[in-house]
Amino acid sequence: MAKTVLIVDDDPSILLSLEFLMKKAGYAVFIARDGDEALTLVAEHLPDAVLLDIMMPGVDGYEVCRQIKTNPSWQHAKVIMLSAKSRDADIQKARELGADHYVTKPFSTKQLLEEVNKQLQF
Amino acid sequence: MNSWALIGISFGYLSLLFAIAFWSERRSKQGRSMVSNPYIYALSLAVYCTAWTYYGSVGRAAAGGIDFLAVYTGASLMVPLFWPVLRKIIRICKVQRISTIADFISSRYGKNISLGSIVTVVCVLGIIPYISLQLKAISVSFEVLAGNTALAPAHWWRDSALYLAIGLAFFTILFGTRQIEATERHEGMVTAIAFESLVKLIAFLAIGLFVTFGLYAGFDDLFGKVLEDPDLAQRLSLQGDFAYGEWFWVNILSMFAVVLLPRQFQVSVVENVNEKHLNKAMWLFPLYLLLINIFVLPIAMGGVLTLGSGIDADTYVLALPIHAHKPILAAMTYIGGFSAATSMIIVSTIALSTMISNSLVMPLLVANTRLQQRIRPRLGSFLIYSRRISIVLVLLLAYAYFRGVAAPYALVSIGLVSFAAVAQFAPAVFGGIFWKNANRQGAISGILVGFALWVYTLVVPSIVGAGILPVSWMEQGPAGISWLRPFHLFGLEGMDYLSHSLFWSLGMNVLVYVLASIWFKQDSKERNQAEVFVDIFRYSTVYESSIVWKGTAYMPDLRSLLENFLGRTRTVQALNAFRQKYHVDWEQPGKADPRLVTYAEKLLAGAIGTASARIMVSTVVKEEEISLEEVVNILRESQQLMSVNRELRRKSAELRKATEELTEANNKLQQQDELKDEFLYTVTHELRTPLTSIRALSEILHDNPDLPSEQQQQFLGTMVKETERLSRLISQVLDLEKYASGRQKLQLAATDLAELIADAVEAVQQLVDERRLQLRIDLQPGMPLAQIDRDRIFQVLVNLLSNAIKFSEIRKGRIVLSAYFLDGDFKVNVADNGKGIAPEQQQYIFDKFYQARNQTTRKPKGTGLGLAISKSIIDLHQGSIWVDSIPGKGARFSFTLPLSSQNHGQDRTDR
Repeated sequence: MAKTVLIVDDDPSILLSLEFLMKKAGYAVFIARDGDEALTLVAEHLPDAVLLDIMMPGVDGYEVCRQIKTNPSWQHAKVIMLSAKSRDADIQKARELGADHYVTKPFSTKQLLEEVNKQLQF
Repeated sequence: MNSWALIGISFGYLSLLFAIAFWSERRSKQGRSMVSNPYIYALSLAVYCTAWTYYGSVGRAAAGGIDFLAVYTGASLMVPLFWPVLRKIIRICKVQRISTIADFISSRYGKNISLGSIVTVVCVLGIIPYISLQLKAISVSFEVLAGNTALAPAHWWRDSALYLAIGLAFFTILFGTRQIEATERHEGMVTAIAFESLVKLIAFLAIGLFVTFGLYAGFDDLFGKVLEDPDLAQRLSLQGDFAYGEWFWVNILSMFAVVLLPRQFQVSVVENVNEKHLNKAMWLFPLYLLLINIFVLPIAMGGVLTLGSGIDADTYVLALPIHAHKPILAAMTYIGGFSAATSMIIVSTIALSTMISNSLVMPLLVANTRLQQRIRPRLGSFLIYSRRISIVLVLLLAYAYFRGVAAPYALVSIGLVSFAAVAQFAPAVFGGIFWKNANRQGAISGILVGFALWVYTLVVPSIVGAGILPVSWMEQGPAGISWLRPFHLFGLEGMDYLSHSLFWSLGMNVLVYVLASIWFKQDSKERNQAEVFVDIFRYSTVYESSIVWKGTAYMPDLRSLLENFLGRTRTVQALNAFRQKYHVDWEQPGKADPRLVTYAEKLLAGAIGTASARIMVSTVVKEEEISLEEVVNILRESQQLMSVNRELRRKSAELRKATEELTEANNKLQQQDELKDEFLYTVTHELRTPLTSIRALSEILHDNPDLPSEQQQQFLGTMVKETERLSRLISQVLDLEKYASGRQKLQLAATDLAELIADAVEAVQQLVDERRLQLRIDLQPGMPLAQIDRDRIFQVLVNLLSNAIKFSEIRKGRIVLSAYFLDGDFKVNVADNGKGIAPEQQQYIFDKFYQARNQTTRKPKGTGLGLAISKSIIDLHQGSIWVDSIPGKGARFSFTLPLSSQNHGQDRTDR
């Protein structure tokens, strides 16, 4: 059974490319356009990995990450932050909240895919 | 009128005074003091008006018209200075417990004993004739009323004036020397004086009304008759030989006298209960003077018209009612004059006796240690008896003068001679409270020189007049030396005798006072006192602690010293008060607190005068010799310290301000720096988002050449869109940079705003439709053309509309764009019903870095630069832009544009 990946971003163009990439790699894909939607989908589908943008209207990526990593039934999900925020402080903050990896935008599709695969290895 | 009846009336009136004084003192003991009342205070000041006013003014008015008024105009001129001058003197006397003018002067100049003695002697010599003048007035009025026309005075044992003097001495002793401390107020005496002021005013007004409206039919009738007589009319005018010089000098004299006369000093300073009473006195006192002078001329003229010049004009006040057969009115007038005379006698005598005992007798006592040892246990009663004996002595001297010398003189001239005597204190007193460098040598030599010249130019002529010295002194000068003629000293001609005397005495007094003060150095004690006197309002609260006293005193010594003078009860009372104030226990034997030494000195000063107190205290204090330099240094240091402190405070305040300014500037810089960082960060961040899509999609296209063409098209289309977004962002950043550097110029052209708005709406119409929003446009018809840069304003309009669209909920959003022209300005509003902007964010919203600080709650889409650019554009048009918003209800962005904007693009550098 295919692993599920939840993609969270408020930018439709980025969603478009990520959705294509993940589907092509054989993952089951869900899409969320903001934090609230992401949390609903996490609760519903318990994805194996979450590609998570930080700056979104409403609940931001940090908060989504924190909730996933503090919820015993969700915390198995690998969280890969995907953000244009490139400061050390931003990355540090994400790590403290339990994010498994941090990728800065713009990213290499190849490297991103490798990272996702690595995180979802048996 | 029967002599015995008159004697009965006189002593009846005196008994009434006794009763009032007793009653007042009883009330005071019950805590319902009469004198803590500004009206009583103001009335007691009217002791200024003596028998001289009552009888003499009329006499002078009959002879010389209105020049009698100078004595009252002068006094009134001084009244405005009561607040700065008299209040200061009052405060000094309260703080230093000064009880006489002699003590005041001696205290100011280093508590100098000889100075106090000199002032006392001048006062006694100057005032005794004045007191005798009052006795004379009573005696003459008595004779007039009793119908004794015999000019020869009665034998002294039959002379009513003598018995009267004895009666007054009794009253004065009873109410004037109750307490040992002269600074204690004499409430009974003051109340009686205030009552007497009322009596003399009422009596004088009564006789005035009687003459004007009883003997004549009002002022018109009276003065009409006066003007019919050319000789009388002449007296009413200022023409001819009106003595302007004399008028001037009498005014000056009266200004000084109203403060410096011992009796005035007594009632206005020593008996003052509350400085605030001065406020009322400052208008009540001149009013009193006005009232008591209103009828002087009518009575004088009425007297001349009715009685002719056959009788002494000084007695018109009495002679008129007698002539009109009004015995009761005559008796009343007599009582008025009697009250005027007695009040002056009582107060002057108290003041003089205090002076004599404190500034003449006490210094003799403290100088004579053998005598001191002998009477030590009875010091207190010794002091009181010395005062009582002084009272009797003063009154007897006055009586003797009256019998011996005064009889031939008119009332006024003796009064002015007294005024001239006390005027000699003016430089020392007024100089002393305003000029710190004035010193003892100046005061002593000034007063001595002034006094000597006063004696020579005013007293010697009266001695000549009495036949004691040959008349040739006046006419050829003593031993024929013409420049020594008393009325033409050093050959000075052309002045009346009073002006001449004052010119020399007061002029030389001031000159010597100033020169000696400049020439000699002050000693330490004096410097200290000068400091306290001149800056009394600064020192009055900290007096005890501000005094330099280096030495040790043992408590038992200090205590027994106080008990000797003040008695046991009063001493314990006073020491308890001290303990309460400073929490210092005095009951323990051993060394006394230094402040207690000062306090004790002050207590004693109230009883025996400042100079004597100083010496008495020094007998029990093992005073270590303090060198002059030491004290001066202590004072200078404290003064310097104070000024250094002030300087330091000022400096540190400046420094603090500079630091604050620097911090603020630094903060601003830092903030701007941070903002710039944030801006760059935001810009790069914003650039990253489209770049991410472009890169990802191009990589996908690259790695998957076999994608269906439909998908390829979609990806390529997105890439194009993102590239556009990228270039839009870049151009906006550059735009903003252009506005910020001032290189952006406006292309102004007459523009139809309605049309421009329509174009802008059309540009966003598609977005509106997509989100199913309602957009309403509300334009005022017939707006004038606007001088604006069309493209820039278009940019603003689109930006505001796009924002409104972005923040509006799909389907539910309603946007209203309105524009109108009002008062020379265009106003455009773009309102939405979106979620609004929190009040604390409204002020930042036009900030180009605003979004950077709110990163996690980024607005949907957009660069975050639109509003900043819009603001720059509106600013450049000299308009303004702002937002009103209620969170949850929506936001309304508004901007105004002037009818015509000057193009400031070229020379603007700040934006």
